[in-house]
Amino acid sequence: MNTASQQTQFTVLMRILHWLMAAMVLTMLGIGVAMVASLGDYHRLVSIHRPLGIAILIVVVIRFVNRQFSTLPPFPASMSSQERFVAHASEVLLYTLLFVLPLIGWGMLSAARFPILLYGPLHLPPILPHSVTLYAFLRRTHTVLAYLLFLAFIAHFGAILFHTLVVRDGLFSRMAPWRVRAR
Amino acid sequence: MLSDSTASAEKQPAPLSRSSALRRLMGIGVVILCVAGGFLYLGGWFSPNALTPARFVDAFERTDGVHSGFRRNHAKGVGVSGYFESNGEGARLSKAVVFKLGRVPVTGRFSFGGGDPNVVDGPNMVRGLGLLFWLPDGEEWRTAMVNLPVFPFQTPQAFYDNLVASQPDPKTGKPDPEKIAAFAASHPATVRALSIIQSHAPSSGFDNTAFNSLNAFWFIDAAGKSIPVRWTLAPVQPFAAASAAATAQTDKNYMFDELIASILQHPLQWHLIITIGQPGDPTNDATVAWLDGRGQMDVGTLTLNHIDSEETSPARDINFDPLVLPSGMAPSDDPLLSARSAIYSQSFTRRAGEAKTPSAISPAEVRK
Repeated sequence: MNTASQQTQFTVLMRILHWLMAAMVLTMLGIGVAMVASLGDYHRLVSIHRPLGIAILIVVVIRFVNRQFSTLPPFPASMSSQERFVAHASEVLLYTLLFVLPLIGWGMLSAARFPILLYGPLHLPPILPHSVTLYAFLRRTHTVLAYLLFLAFIAHFGAILFHTLVVRDGLFSRMAPWRVRAR
Repeated sequence: MLSDSTASAEKQPAPLSRSSALRRLMGIGVVILCVAGGFLYLGGWFSPNALTPARFVDAFERTDGVHSGFRRNHAKGVGVSGYFESNGEGARLSKAVVFKLGRVPVTGRFSFGGGDPNVVDGPNMVRGLGLLFWLPDGEEWRTAMVNLPVFPFQTPQAFYDNLVASQPDPKTGKPDPEKIAAFAASHPATVRALSIIQSHAPSSGFDNTAFNSLNAFWFIDAAGKSIPVRWTLAPVQPFAAASAAATAQTDKNYMFDELIASILQHPLQWHLIITIGQPGDPTNDATVAWLDGRGQMDVGTLTLNHIDSEETSPARDINFDPLVLPSGMAPSDDPLLSARSAIYSQSFTRRAGEAKTPSAISPAEVRK
């Protein structure tokens, strides 16, 4: 544990994946909420939404696997055990949503018997049988979970701002895109 | 703001004073509110009058009511199936596999425009034909066509304004003629389109109806060259004018019943004719006909040899979204196309979650 306690940051690969994911998910949430209210831009937005969702699914799997083989930096000493529990639970929630939301999107298009186009003729096979009842359920679930993901993102973002600007315990430096020297 | 993070994690800065911690907390609150506000702004929460798919479908529902499980427009219909046999000519215009020499299965649906699934058949109602071409390797081509030679509305907004203008007045139960006249006065493109539409006499039935793509699309050939196109399904069954003595009085489904009888007798066929636009032909205005003399190409024959009621046909649960296109076809800049895709999806989602109610053309009617 001695080496782990000296590590102050997530590995370079973990940080790259985190910030890549952050950009993809924020874009995705914006596109998702805009496209359902849009007529003129609907087709353009939905044509990005589907392949981007599948890309997120791929990145979240890579991130999860990579995380199992990486050493994580410790939480700052300022965080109580309850805070650590909440931080860990929110990570589980975020990972779960980032995995489940694209899968539900893929599943609901399958249940609607709608082709899942990625690029040009490249598309995915259906993963569920044609059932509009199933589609209706999954479509609602997709919306509810997407709003939950947005709230989880807001909580994550707010917590980091709080730790960085008010508690000032250097929590952000663990995931900072740049290199932070260990003491 | 992030300069603190270059300090080592163990080296804690001195705690903030109460007032400066409070100021920073308020700053964080403002940032969070801005992010949440931006998200809601993108979702249209601050523009309650903007036209959205949901508001568009609401207008259909206010005009024709909510009929559980049915499409919000083109509610009355029957499912059909058959195949498309390409003669290979179309491969010169588009690399889409549907135009390679050979046969692909097709699922389709004939319908009447409007949101009432029990509307009485009549020759002057808009006739629709939705088709899904099942291509190899999971590709699809979906198209939703109508029998009009041009579309009456240039934009989704014009379509919506007309829907609102033709909603029944709560006092009289009928549309207000003044509102309809006001709409026409402010939409000359619609007036021009309606005069073209009225100059085409309707045929006697679905089987001898020509169906048009209305919107323009792009075809892309194997070399990557794009051309603007529209398409028409021209019936092999000979034209007969709709008779004035048509018998909706004795059979409110008479046009569908005639379609069922004729398809049971012999397969029905249409030629798929591609009209090739020339430079300058509008691709973004479905109210305007392309001038005569445009190149036309017969690319194959659609054969429909099976008919089903809504209850038993897979077509009921298919969204004939005109933007499900195979590689080799692309949408034009017509603003109606993206809007159709969005609104069909909204209608599909609403009816998907509803209990299904019996359709006017019952399974027994199709088998008799």
